[in-house]
This record gives sequence, structure tokens and C-alpha cells, in this order.
Amino acid sequence: MIQEVARVPLAVGEDLVIRKQRLGDGTPRLCVVTGTHGDELEGQYVAWRLNRLLQENSKHLHGTVDIYPALNPLGISTMTRGMPLCDLDMNRTFPGSREGAMSELIAARLMEDITGADACIDIHASNIFLREIPQVRINVNTAEKLVPLAKYLNMNLLWVHGAATVLESTLAHSLNAVGTPTLVVEMGIGIRITRTFGEQLLTGILSLMAHLGMWDAPVPPVAPPIVSSDGAVSFVNAGCSGVFFPTAEHGTRVEEGQELGMIADPLTGDIRAVLRSPVNGLLFTLREYPVVYEGSLIARILGGSI
Amino acid sequence: MKEEVLFTMETPYRQPLAVKGWFFGAPEKKTLAVMGALRGNEIQQMYLCARLIRSLRELELSGSLSEDCGILVIPCANQFSMNVGRRFWAADNTDINRMFPGYDAGETTQRIAAWIFEALQGYTYGVHVASLYLPGSCLPHLRIMKTGYQTPETARDFGLPYVALRQPHPYDTTTLNYNWQIWDTQAFSLYTPTTDRIDTASADKGVEAILRFLQKRGLCRCSVEEQDKEICIFDEEILCNVKPEVGGLLVHKTVLGSRVQQGQPLAEVLDPCGGTLRQILCAPMDGRIFFAHESCLINGFDVALRVLPDLK
Ligand SMILES: [Zn+2]
Repeated sequence: MIQEVARVPLAVGEDLVIRKQRLGDGTPRLCVVTGTHGDELEGQYVAWRLNRLLQENSKHLHGTVDIYPALNPLGISTMTRGMPLCDLDMNRTFPGSREGAMSELIAARLMEDITGADACIDIHASNIFLREIPQVRINVNTAEKLVPLAKYLNMNLLWVHGAATVLESTLAHSLNAVGTPTLVVEMGIGIRITRTFGEQLLTGILSLMAHLGMWDAPVPPVAPPIVSSDGAVSFVNAGCSGVFFPTAEHGTRVEEGQELGMIADPLTGDIRAVLRSPVNGLLFTLREYPVVYEGSLIARILGGSI
Repeated sequence: MKEEVLFTMETPYRQPLAVKGWFFGAPEKKTLAVMGALRGNEIQQMYLCARLIRSLRELELSGSLSEDCGILVIPCANQFSMNVGRRFWAADNTDINRMFPGYDAGETTQRIAAWIFEALQGYTYGVHVASLYLPGSCLPHLRIMKTGYQTPETARDFGLPYVALRQPHPYDTTTLNYNWQIWDTQAFSLYTPTTDRIDTASADKGVEAILRFLQKRGLCRCSVEEQDKEICIFDEEILCNVKPEVGGLLVHKTVLGSRVQQGQPLAEVLDPCGGTLRQILCAPMDGRIFFAHESCLINGFDVALRVLPDLK
């Protein structure tokens, strides 16, 4: 059943409407949300697949699954990462306020709608610059509660990261703070859909549902993820500007000193820099967008004690 | 006066971003630093700094700056975005004023923020000539973050009629103002009504306020008038939002700064195509219009106006 979660009148002949698909009834309840960042589309495939699969196999569903494909409809419809009118990152507006401006009001309504669910999965897709392997990002303060749940999601990596005040305005932080366990998935890349990653997460969602007692059809076994803290993650940033040509393949293991790619200068024909891996490890983030500036993130490698 | 390139960052396909600072007075003294445009649409903020640089040059030439006073002004750190008409960093749409204190081994705008912050370090006083995040105009005022290190009484010396104290939200913790204050500079954000348009009158008032501050602190002899009006220091939370329940065309019936009485019509929201009146927005209390939504279009529940209630 399609339900309306929030409706706000826009200026000229249109409302901003956030909708969800509600499948099944009763408890437990799982919320699958995506489309907070309008340039991240990987979650669209997952929402569509999960929607169809649950409708076609409804006798196996026990409880409620709410699917929210587009928390930021104006952003998705216009390939805009934030909320188009106010240049706001929607994931910096939570928990919002009933008395606040439009963006805060929408955030507050979403919070009310999701709060109380037994679990929430918030699907992100990196940004338009970087490709990510399927992973769950977990704030260290919530790790004890969330890591056991996240292991069901069939992702390759659980990254337990440090706490930062600025991240307190995210949907996941706000939901976790009110006791609704929320897992942030990052996978793939902005404005693209990687179906294999979507299928992988779909299996993970069914596996989590089975764990929560919501799903009684057989689910393929999920592989245990690598669990890592910040300490094991090495960053490679561009030291100069130019055009980046990767040589290493995303999602593979690399050796210390191995070439990851080069920064080239199309005007002179020069190679301005060769970028190498600082450690042995898994190349889990790799730059896809070629034009780079000094500081542009090129790669993240999971090394050290894994 | 000394004009100096503070740092340079190369960019692909374009000229390097060279951020310049103008130094006045005693080179070894770090008394006051003024930061201008961090966003590409902050033309008024850059203009205000340019006017300030002209005034300081004259004061320095006439020997009016105290020997104990050293000043740095950075009018613009983001011509990269300004020259292509973009508000945020034009390569990745990040906001430099959400990157402080910066990280010199991090992403591009984290590095820029780190280099700016390094140049601005160690000053006793800091003024960020800032713009509002939301589209609209506000009365000239100073804003101070309540970090626990704030010094609102010092703000009186600027002589601006309003000083707003802000309880920081999580996203404020990455702004220049917040981090400056945490790192021992008495930081003030200076707001004037416009951003991408120049308003010479309020820019002049802003320059006067900074010069008045220097004069009051015995750092400069200049002929800026004393401000005799009462200065209102208030918590930002007391500003009352006036929001329509409908969207449409917003037609203001008052102007920024007007004294209004409870129940007085402040603005109308019209059906943008049919022209009929959808809602009249009235003053929720006696007070003064402190903020007004700038765009002609307004969505439901957007902030149309903010009223500063009369303080008892
Ligand atoms: Zn995202």
C-alpha cells in the first residue's frame, strides 16, 4: 500500500510529497530508506527488487516492511545532491523540528514515521567521484549494538568510524539516538546503478529479515564481512591537479608500493604523479571521476590488522 | 600596508587560486583579522572588506594606527567559484565554511580551510564578514557562537545595534566562527542585509563598526561617530519565525527593520497563477522585522520573516 509520509506545498502548482510502500503488517517492522542524496541511485534498484520480491512472496513475510525510495524527491528528480532550493544537505537536517523551516519539518516527519521500527537500513551510494565496495558505516558509539545486526547484510566491509559532532545531524545518528537501530550502507557510485551490488544487498536484507523473524523462505548464506576501525584505513589524496587514470582495479587486494594510477597533464603530455599504495590491503574506495585537484581523494585502502 | 599571497593552490585547466591578505600596522602584532568571502556569491562581503582595506590604508598613512595594532584582511578566498557564478566550491560543491578547522592532508576544501585558518591563527579578535545560509536579508548585526568562550560584552564596542548569541547546532561546529573561538580568538560574524548584491550603505556601516571597535579599544584614532543608540544583545532563539501554510508568491507589506505590532499584516501569499489571496501573514507579537525571505516564491512552511520581539 502506497502511503504518504510528508507533503509540503511548493510555490507553484505542485506539492513536495514523500511516499513509501508498506508491505505486510504488524511487527516486527523494517524500514528501507534511500534517496537522501539526490545523486545517489544505487538504492533505487534495491528498493525496486525488494518491493517486487516481497509482493511475489508475501506468504513468507511476517511483519511490516516500509520502503522509502526517495527521501529527497526534488534532489533525485534534478540530479542534485542536496535539497535544491536551499542548498542544504538533507542528511544534516535531522532530527528536524515541527516548528522549523520546511527542511526541518520534513526531517521531523520522517523521524516520526521511522522511529520505533525494529531496524532501519539507510542506503547510500558514495558520491559522483568515488566508487565504494559494499559496506556498512557504523559510528563507534553504536558499534556494540549495530555490528551484530550489520553482519547479516552481506556487505564486504563494516567500517566502524570515529564519532564527529557534525555527523550528529544525520538520519542514522538521530534514529540510533532514539533507539531505532539504523545501518548506513554505502556502495557503488553516484548517478549509476551497480546491479551486482544491489543483488548482494538484497540477499543481506532478506538475511536480516530472517534473523528478525520476518522472513521464512530460504536465504542463501551470507559471507562474514571484514570489520575494521579507522586505524586500519589508509587514505591516498592527490598531491597535484590533473587527470587521473587508474591502473589498479577497484575491490582488489594491492601491495605496498603498487601503482594505483597516475595523474596526467593533457596539455603537456606529462605524467605529473604516480600514486602508489602505502600499505598491503584491500582497495575499497577508488576514484572514478577523472579530473582531480590537490587534495582530491583517490583511494582508500584497508590494511593493517585485518 | 603590505599585500601578500597567503597561499596558492593549483587548479587543473585554470589559473592557480592565490589567496591574498592585506596587512596593516605592526607586522609582529596579531590584533585583528577580518575574513571576507568564503563562498562564491559573497560579493557584498568581499566589497565590505575592500572598503575596509581602503580606509585602513588611509589611517595607516596618516599615522592613526596604534603601534600595538596589527591587522590582516582577507577579502576573498574563493574566486575559483566566484568567477564562474557558483556559491560553493565549483569542483565538488562543498562549502569552505563547513570545513573548519580544516585538514592540510585532506580533501581540497579541507586543505583550503586549513590554510585560511593557519593564516587567521593567533589574532586576539576575529571578524568573519558572513552571509546567511538561507536566502534572505537580515538587519546588520553581529553573531556570536555560544562555545563557552564567547565574550558578548566586547561586541558592544562595534556599536552595531544588534548582537545575536547562537547556541551552536552540530553543523555549526565546522564553521570559521566556531573554530576561531575555540582556538582562542574572540570571534564575531558580521552580517549585513545582502550577499550577491552590493548594498553600499550597509557595507559602510560594517566598515564603520570595525573601525569603531579599533578606536574603542585604543588601537586606532579615527573619526567614526560614537553609537549612542542602545545595543540589544539577544539569544537567537527568541527570534520568532513567521511561516505560511501554503506556497505561492510572497508579497511583503513591510520592509526589513520596520517596527510592527501584534496582528499587523506583514506579507501576503498569493496564488501564483490565479492571483487570489491565499494567506495573510501577521506579526505574532510587537517587535521588529529582523529577517525577510528574499525570493518572490515561497514554499509552505518556509520562513517568510523573522520578528525580533520587543525586549521587556
Ligand atoms: Zn549519501
